[in-house]
Amino acid sequence: MNTKAKLLGAAALVAVTLPGHAVADTADKRIALSNNYAGNSWRQAMLESWAKVGDKAVEDGVVAAADAFTTSENQATEQAAQIQNMILQGYDAIVVNAASPTALNGAIKEACDAGITVVSFDGIVTEPCAWRIAVDFKEMGRQQVEYLAGRLPDGGNLLEIRGLAGVFVDDEIHAGIEEGVAEFPKFKIVGSVHGDWAQDVAQKAVAGVLPSLPEISGVVTQGGDGYGAAQAIKAAGRDMPIIVMGNRQDEMKWWAEARDENGYETLSLSIAPGVGTLALWVAQQVLDGAEVPKDLTVPFLKVTQDTLDETLAATPEGSVANVEYSQEDAKSVIAAAK
Amino acid sequence: MNGKYRILLPVLSLTVLLAAVFYLQPRAMSYFGLNLLFNLAVPIALATIAQMMIIMVNDIDLSVGTFVSFVACVTATFLNDAPLIGVAILLASILAYAAIGALIHIRQLPAIVVTLGMSFVWGGLAVLLLPSPGGAAPAWIRTVMTVKPPLVPMAVVACILIAGLTHLLIMRSSTGTLLRAVGGNAQAVARSGWSVTKLKAGAYALAGVFGVLAGVCLVGLTTSADANIALRYTLLSIAGVILGGGEFTGGRVSPVGAVLGALTLALAGSFLSFMRLSPDWQIGAQGAILILVLAVRLIFSRRGRKWKGAENG
Repeated sequence: MNTKAKLLGAAALVAVTLPGHAVADTADKRIALSNNYAGNSWRQAMLESWAKVGDKAVEDGVVAAADAFTTSENQATEQAAQIQNMILQGYDAIVVNAASPTALNGAIKEACDAGITVVSFDGIVTEPCAWRIAVDFKEMGRQQVEYLAGRLPDGGNLLEIRGLAGVFVDDEIHAGIEEGVAEFPKFKIVGSVHGDWAQDVAQKAVAGVLPSLPEISGVVTQGGDGYGAAQAIKAAGRDMPIIVMGNRQDEMKWWAEARDENGYETLSLSIAPGVGTLALWVAQQVLDGAEVPKDLTVPFLKVTQDTLDETLAATPEGSVANVEYSQEDAKSVIAAAK
Repeated sequence: MNGKYRILLPVLSLTVLLAAVFYLQPRAMSYFGLNLLFNLAVPIALATIAQMMIIMVNDIDLSVGTFVSFVACVTATFLNDAPLIGVAILLASILAYAAIGALIHIRQLPAIVVTLGMSFVWGGLAVLLLPSPGGAAPAWIRTVMTVKPPLVPMAVVACILIAGLTHLLIMRSSTGTLLRAVGGNAQAVARSGWSVTKLKAGAYALAGVFGVLAGVCLVGLTTSADANIALRYTLLSIAGVILGGGEFTGGRVSPVGAVLGALTLALAGSFLSFMRLSPDWQIGAQGAILILVLAVRLIFSRRGRKWKGAENG
C-alpha cells in the first residue's frame, strides 16, 4: 500500500512538472456561465455547445464544474445580481455574455476583487479587469471583398446588402466592406440595400433595386440575407453573381444545389455560436496560470467549397453552422493575440 | 388589516427566504456575503419607496423604471462631468414630478395613463443623454456605495436608514399623516382647509426625490449607466409595496414593509438562482412566490377582521 502511494505520488509529481500539462492545475476549479438571453436560435445553439463541451471538460477532469445560468429577463440589473450570486457560490471563473457593456461593471469589479477570473464574449464588458473575446465585424466585411478580389482579378460591380439600420454590427461590417473596396479599388459598390439579416426582407429589397443596377459581379452580405438575394436575382433572370454567404442553413443548402447544377463557387463566413466554448477554454487557461492578453478576437467560422457538404450535413434545418472550440483552439487564439 | 399584522408578514417572508438562502449557500452568511446579496436591493428599495409615495395618494406610477434609468444616465454623465448642471437637472426632474402630481389632481387625469406617457418621455431623454451605454460614476457616490462600515455591511445599514427615515417622515410626522389622509379621504382633507393639489404635488415630489436617490445609488454600484438599466424597477417597486403590506387604495402603506418587500423580491431572485432552477421556470417561480405571500396575507387579514368582529360583538 505504502509503495503504491509513493508510486502514485511520484507519478503525480511527474504529471505536474511535465511542461504544457494543463489538466492537473484546474481540476478543482469551477466555471460559471452568466448569460443574459436565450430567446433565439443562435443563443440556443450557444447554450447547447456550452453544455456539450462543459460536461465533457468536467468528465475529463479538466475543471470541476461548468454551470450555465441564464437570467429570466434580459436586464442588466438582474444579470448584475446573478453575477454577485456567482461570487457567493464560490466560482473560480465567470464567463459572461453581457446584457450591457457598462452596466455590469460594478458587479464584475466585485468578482475581480474576490479573485475571480471574468471572461466576457460576444456581449463584452468594458471593465478593465475582465477579459474580452470580441468579434471583429470590420474584418468580416473586409475579408468578403478580399475573397472576391481573389476570384475576380479584374474587379467589377458589387451590390451590398446591409443589416438592420442603426445597429452597431451593421455599421461595423459596412465599414469593413468600405475598407475592402478602398484596398481593392477595382471594385465599385453600385447599390446598397438593407436586408435586416432576414431572407424575406433581403429578397424584397434586392428585387426592388435590381432593375436600376448595371451588371453585378459580386454581392457582399452580412449573413441571413444571401438566400433571399439569390432568389431575387434568379427571379429577375440575371446571371448569378458571387454571393458571399453567412453560414445559415438555407444559404448553404442553396449553394450546394447551385454547385451540383453548375459548379457555383463562393465563400460563407459568420460567427459560430460555439464561441462560448472558446470563452470557457480561455477562462480555463487563465485559471491555469497562462498569460493571456485582455483583448482577444474571435476567429470566424468559414465555410468553403471543400467544407460545404460536411458543414451542411451537421447544421440542423433553420439553424446556423456551428463549431465547438477545443483547448488547443483557445491556445492558438491566445498565441495569436500576443 | 391593522398596522401590527401589516408589518408581520413582510418580516416573516423575508426571514423564511433568508433562512432558505443561508441553508443553500452558507457562504452568504457573512459580512461580505450579505453585502453581495443585498447591495443591488438598495436602489430597488429606494424605487419602492418612491412608488409607495404615489400609491399612498391612491395613484400608481408606471414611470419609476424609466425615471430611475434617466437619473442613472444624468448621474453618469452630467453629475460626473459638470456637477452643478447635473444637480440642476436632477432638481428640475423632481419639480417635473411635482408638476405631474398637481396636473393629475387638477385635471382629474388617471395617473396610470399620465405616468405611462411620462415613462416614454423619461426613456427618450435617457436615450438622448446616453445613446450607447457608458458614462462614469462620480467618485463620491462610488465611495459611498462601496463603504465598509464596521460589523454591518453597507447594504444592510442603508436599508435600515431608508426604512427608519421614511417611517419617521410618513408615519410619525404631521405632513406624513396629511399625505396618507389624501389617499384615505381626499375630500375630508380638502374640507378641513388643506390644498389637496399641493399635498399631491408634495407626494409626487417625494417620489421624485427617492427616484433620484435610487438612480444615483444604482450608478454608484454599477459604475456606469445604460438607458435601459432600471426598466424592471417599475414592476418590482409595485410588487415591493404590496408585498410590504401596502394597499392600492386608502393611504394604507408601510415604509418599513416596503423596504422589506423590496429586499424579499431581490432575495427571491438569488434564492431561485441558488436552487439551480432553469431560467425558463424562474419568472414563473418568482410569480409563484409573490402569489404565495399575498395568499398568506389574505388569510392574515381575514383573521384580523374576524378577531376585530369578535371584540366588537
